[in-house]
Amino acid sequence: MYWQAEIETMPRPELEALQLRRLQEVVRRVATTVPFYRQALAEAGVSPDDIRSLADARRLPFTTNADLRANYPDGLLAIPRQQVTRLHTSSGTTGKPKALFFSRRDVDQAAELIARCLVMTGCTAEDVLQNMMTYGLFTGALVLHYGAEKVGMLVIPAGPGNSERQLMLMQDFRTTVFHTTPSYALYLAEFIRKRGLDPRKDLALRKGLVGAEAHSEETRRKIEEALGIDAYNSYGLSEMNGPGVAFECEHKSGLHLWEDQYLLEIIDPVTGVPLADGERGELVLTSLTREAMPLLRYRTRDLTSVIPAPCPCGRTHRRLARITGRSDDMLVVRGVNLYPQQIERVLMSIPELGSNYLIHLRGLDELTVKVEFAASGFDGRVENLVRLEERVVEKLRAEILVKPKVELSAPGTLPVSEGKAKRVVDERVL
Amino acid sequence: MKPVQLLAVFAENKPDQLARVTRQLADAGVNIHWVGIADVQKFGVIRFLVDKTDLAFEWLKQHDVTVSRVEVLAVEVEDRPGGLHQVAAILAGDSISLANVSGFVFNHRAILLLEVPELERARRLLTDRGLHLLSEEEMLSL
Repeated sequence: MYWQAEIETMPRPELEALQLRRLQEVVRRVATTVPFYRQALAEAGVSPDDIRSLADARRLPFTTNADLRANYPDGLLAIPRQQVTRLHTSSGTTGKPKALFFSRRDVDQAAELIARCLVMTGCTAEDVLQNMMTYGLFTGALVLHYGAEKVGMLVIPAGPGNSERQLMLMQDFRTTVFHTTPSYALYLAEFIRKRGLDPRKDLALRKGLVGAEAHSEETRRKIEEALGIDAYNSYGLSEMNGPGVAFECEHKSGLHLWEDQYLLEIIDPVTGVPLADGERGELVLTSLTREAMPLLRYRTRDLTSVIPAPCPCGRTHRRLARITGRSDDMLVVRGVNLYPQQIERVLMSIPELGSNYLIHLRGLDELTVKVEFAASGFDGRVENLVRLEERVVEKLRAEILVKPKVELSAPGTLPVSEGKAKRVVDERVL
Repeated sequence: MKPVQLLAVFAENKPDQLARVTRQLADAGVNIHWVGIADVQKFGVIRFLVDKTDLAFEWLKQHDVTVSRVEVLAVEVEDRPGGLHQVAAILAGDSISLANVSGFVFNHRAILLLEVPELERARRLLTDRGLHLLSEEEMLSL
């Protein structure tokens, strides 16, 4: 099932020709309307006429997080202020917010991309979507909301938290699809279980759209298993409209990135040199169609690789591998580089553990992993807990090459956040 | 014979952990007959013998306490030198290792609570050797 079959399955040569036309157009536009880009292009010694092939994109300057902050609030606006119809800010995972503007057409196009994503996972107008992301300045909930309405789904704008009410809505309106973060999906699954309900029998859930936090394949499986659903990985960032940039199709093997609207590059995060398909590096995106605030070669800091093989679903838009971390999420502990996702992967593969965890760095490079054990994993014997703890330490050490301290906590005792989960607390005195 | 069941509660190494559970048990109107703590520094397991095990178990669970049931053997030994050794020797002779042991003397009756991985084998062994194992009712009516 396709939402825009012609675009989604467009042969690569045509798709690339479309990309080039749009790239030329957007470079020309920002060169004339955005002083920041006029200057950056001049400094890079590139003029819009120099863009003759997609490979020429490499000559364009990067746009960074810092550029967005430096041009706060509206220095990167490419259209007159009165044509702007919506403001969002970045979800603030890192530092101060960034202001992101949408024109009427941007809002509509973002919704079209969401509609493609939803239909790609098998959603139809018959579905009832419970949107448990945060409504407001964050793009996550609103952008997806508009796309789901396009598909004709019944959208319940539940917002985050209040598990009691979430469950009530799911029961009373027979919710079939939900949209939330992986950490809240797991929390809710546990909440439902505690109520003595079996999601497979007592609820109508079929699918979960899971995004806003990088998560591992093990976490996906845990969510699917706990709720009896298919979970689809959603990727987006506010700077590029929010959700709907890339999404998994029914094959759940990589996320199709909508290349008619975004130009995708993978670069070495240190040297900035472009990498080949299949090589892991930092994702760099150029918005080809945004009107209000198009960005050239935006450094997402998300680490991934392009899956070169074509997808059996027939879509020609290339797939991203699961995001394995942010280049600025990387932790250096006792001289070893590691990503929180590596720790998550290990924890989620141990069935006696629950799904909530915290990575705590303190003192001089002391790494402590606090993790809840599963309620079903407690048999009242202290020696079994000690053994479990030793196993977790050993498995983590094998994965991250640093021996952490592990602290087991009782189920439901570690803090749960409603929006993006805060998993790393760094209090080192280095 | 109804085996003796203890309630085992997970406790972090924090000052309020025992009080948190005993408050709940008091609220539920549950009487504690025996308590023991198995502690490994970072965390521990508090074990209770209570008069209304099922009620206490459900109550604690509903109040978000991590609780589990643990079956133990309650062996009556003679209140004299060598009384404990008799039981220890029997189990050692059959290579049964003990996980947790505690004992007390009440009204001149000496009771040992044994937590063993191979509960049934230990039970048979001790009964065969003529030792008296107490049922839950007996334990609670001491």
